[in-house]
Amino acid sequence: MSTIIPPRETTATPAHAKPKRERARLSEGAKQERRLAFWLIAPAVIVMIAVTGYPLVYAVILSLERYNLELPQDVKFIGFANYGAVLTSQYWWQALTVTVIITVFSVGITLVLGMLLAQVLHRTVFFRGTIRTVSLIPYGIVTVAAAYSWQFAWTPSEGYLSALFNNSAPLTSQVQAIAVIIVAEIWKTTPFMALLLLAGLSLVPDDLLRAARVDGATSWQAFTRITLPLMKPAILVALLFRTLDSFRIFDNIFILTSGNNGTASVSTLGYDNLFNALNLGIGSAIAILIFICVAIIAVVFILGFGTAAPGSSAGKR
Amino acid sequence: MAALSGRQRAGWATTNVVVILLVLIPVAWLLSLSLKAPSAVTDPSFWPAQWTWGNYSGILTSAQFLRPLLNSIGIGLISTFISVVLASMAAYAIARLSFPGKSVLVGLALLIAMFPLIALVTPLFTIERALGLFNTWFGLIIPYVAFGLPLGIYTLSAFFREIPWELEKAAKMDGASPFQAFTMVIAPLAAPGMVTTAILVFLACWNDFLLAISFTSTIASRTAPAAMEYFSGGSVFTTPTGPISAAAVVITIPIIIFVLFFQRRIVAGLTSGAVKG
Repeated sequence: MSTIIPPRETTATPAHAKPKRERARLSEGAKQERRLAFWLIAPAVIVMIAVTGYPLVYAVILSLERYNLELPQDVKFIGFANYGAVLTSQYWWQALTVTVIITVFSVGITLVLGMLLAQVLHRTVFFRGTIRTVSLIPYGIVTVAAAYSWQFAWTPSEGYLSALFNNSAPLTSQVQAIAVIIVAEIWKTTPFMALLLLAGLSLVPDDLLRAARVDGATSWQAFTRITLPLMKPAILVALLFRTLDSFRIFDNIFILTSGNNGTASVSTLGYDNLFNALNLGIGSAIAILIFICVAIIAVVFILGFGTAAPGSSAGKR
Repeated sequence: MAALSGRQRAGWATTNVVVILLVLIPVAWLLSLSLKAPSAVTDPSFWPAQWTWGNYSGILTSAQFLRPLLNSIGIGLISTFISVVLASMAAYAIARLSFPGKSVLVGLALLIAMFPLIALVTPLFTIERALGLFNTWFGLIIPYVAFGLPLGIYTLSAFFREIPWELEKAAKMDGASPFQAFTMVIAPLAAPGMVTTAILVFLACWNDFLLAISFTSTIASRTAPAAMEYFSGGSVFTTPTGPISAAAVVITIPIIIFVLFFQRRIVAGLTSGAVKG
């Protein structure tokens, strides 16, 4: 992975290589190359913009309207009233708090466990292949299938985990249900985190760690002073991906609690307003607010990244 | 590695066993539930006392599961095929051609990869109803392609950059036609990256739940993960634990097979675009 060259250097454009004399003809060639490139990217760009850009604009318009599917004749422009209704509702703030708590805990714990798992995958001496294969299963398994496993395990008088904990019913209490949701998220996403970190870990030269040992550093010192700083870009990318992914949590909550007992996330709240209340206006306002939250998280991370931001991959790496 | 002490060996063995158990217990629990007789569901012991295939024969003869399974496979394959073709074209342009706006394209792909799906559900639901795409295969294929593309473009452009493209020129010098140079030299080199990308995109489509429950209303287009919600139990008040578990096992089997056969490819694909030093 470390051998990837920036695209501008690999694109052996004839224009760079040939002498100036042929410039007119070559710029014709460059033009042709450009045209070919645009034809090649056009279908992908059109699909991506048609499915995300246009609906996003449409969502903004819907969010400014009173639009309930049960009263389709009563559609009216009402300005920011939907946003006012959402932002003064305790359900929104509760859902946002729950989402932030789930994101912070699941991403934080996943980072630590993912780092441990990456170390195991990197260093283990037996069954390396087996353990790598097995640890990919949670990444690949359908989230809904795994969520059912957790739900049934915590159902009183049916599940093994409930039986283990004195026949408790954690999914009916807010704090315990959120803890179960966090555990389900961690189980599902630790392998992905570990793989991203493993790629960063393999860039840390073993010689450097050995040299540190010879100089008398403990393993912990070698880890914090050498491994962590060298892995910083990999850690930041992994954290960004996981944080944004966790913030839009839906599947696990939908299956485990349906958002009952104060466990709704912003995504399940938006879904309920659309499909249960059939309120397109409020649902769209929630959607736009979620989009703004995600944009803020992304900007904060990318400012933190500096030049290591994934967006700059086309430039220097 | 030969110099490991007995204690180190024991330590690694324990660690490995712990990791394997943590991963496998929730999966084994689903398998166990799917094999429990309906009367034994209220027995919380981990393994069934009595084994039965009844849950499997039940769901595999019911249109309520078979049709969604077919939908999942069909929608997944079509979405994957279109995504990989379109993403390959775009990734080729990114890796090989110089054109203005390249970094904008990469940025756009990244932006869409991070998009909060729920923000699109409301407008797309309205648009799909207006266009008659609601509750059809294409109503899911179109958004799946749009969200498969960023993943595909990102992974494939990383793969394509590593292909030694000079070989194409060398083949032409040796007398190969451009078509031969492409099919006999470049295509075999590009194939592994495309297979990897196809697996990742297919897994993403197979896993989707939010779009699947939002844009479908009957088994005509509902996918397997969404259909499990609608299984019926023995009575209105009992959860159909056995059938749901059996269905969960059935939709997990292809994943385990993929992982067993394509482990290296999946790892390479997941880490290619995302992490470089």
